[in-house]
Amino acid sequence: MATAALSADHGEHPEAHTATGLPMLKLGFWIFLGSETLFFGALISMYMVYKHESVVGPFSEELLNIPLTSVSTFVLLMSSLAMVLALDNVQRASRVWGPFWIGMTAALGSLFLGFQAYEFTHFYHEGLTLQTNLFGSSFFVLTGFHGAHVTIGVLWLLMLMVQSLRGQLPPVKALQLEVAGLYWHFVDIVWIAIFTLVYLIE
Amino acid sequence: MAEGQSAQRDHGAAASGQAHADWKTYVVVGVILTVITAVEVAVFYIPAMHGVMVPILLTLSAGKFFIVVLWYMHLKYDSRIYWRVFFAPLSLAVLVVVGMVLLFKVIPLLR
Repeated sequence: MATAALSADHGEHPEAHTATGLPMLKLGFWIFLGSETLFFGALISMYMVYKHESVVGPFSEELLNIPLTSVSTFVLLMSSLAMVLALDNVQRASRVWGPFWIGMTAALGSLFLGFQAYEFTHFYHEGLTLQTNLFGSSFFVLTGFHGAHVTIGVLWLLMLMVQSLRGQLPPVKALQLEVAGLYWHFVDIVWIAIFTLVYLIE
Repeated sequence: MAEGQSAQRDHGAAASGQAHADWKTYVVVGVILTVITAVEVAVFYIPAMHGVMVPILLTLSAGKFFIVVLWYMHLKYDSRIYWRVFFAPLSLAVLVVVGMVLLFKVIPLLR
């Protein structure tokens, strides 16, 4: 009710609300994220089942680079911090720090993708491809889909950064950034699971 | 000035239908996540920990997961409905992973 009044005062399209009183966009996005957990659950299951079933090398223990992946994990965690700082600043109507932190999140996401591109290239030169063995198939499908999600997130954030720089992301429209943030943090928590289950647990 | 900024933030938060923590809390949460990640990597490299590595790593990972969901995704401050629509399928996904590992990795070892 109050939200609708705020939106109306600013001449914006009022946020559509569900019968629960919650914003439709946000509730729908949480449901989408729920479905994504099932998607990644299936991929993680596949990896766990196939992990040590390869009959030809190279094998996971020969290739996985824990120090490198630890750094990329740290980068993705820090991108989540940058994301919440971006939302906080957009809600405060900061025309400088809002776009800065959105851009920082996208930059850290891009750095994470750089680490992943390096890792994939290294594995390829070591003879591991999607077709080499069960480890290769399940590893590339799981981490590749995660990387695709990060890529979509980076593109989404770049669009929001441009919007914010143009002054088209006022506090009343912060829900747009919040939903992008939910997506970004989801990508982060999926990586938290992947880092432990794929890289650390042998 | 500070009151004006606070009012604007409340305005933005109202637009998204929630209140949430301030930036200091977010930074503290970021430090905690970094420390947990460092402990995970340390556990991986300490040979004496290998016997208990799996339960420790799973616990630390679950801790990081819930910290991000509660503070960064704001479920600590938000409607319980979001919690339900997310954790129902998440629970199912965890059951699928555990079930598959039991079926294909653990039960064959017990035979």
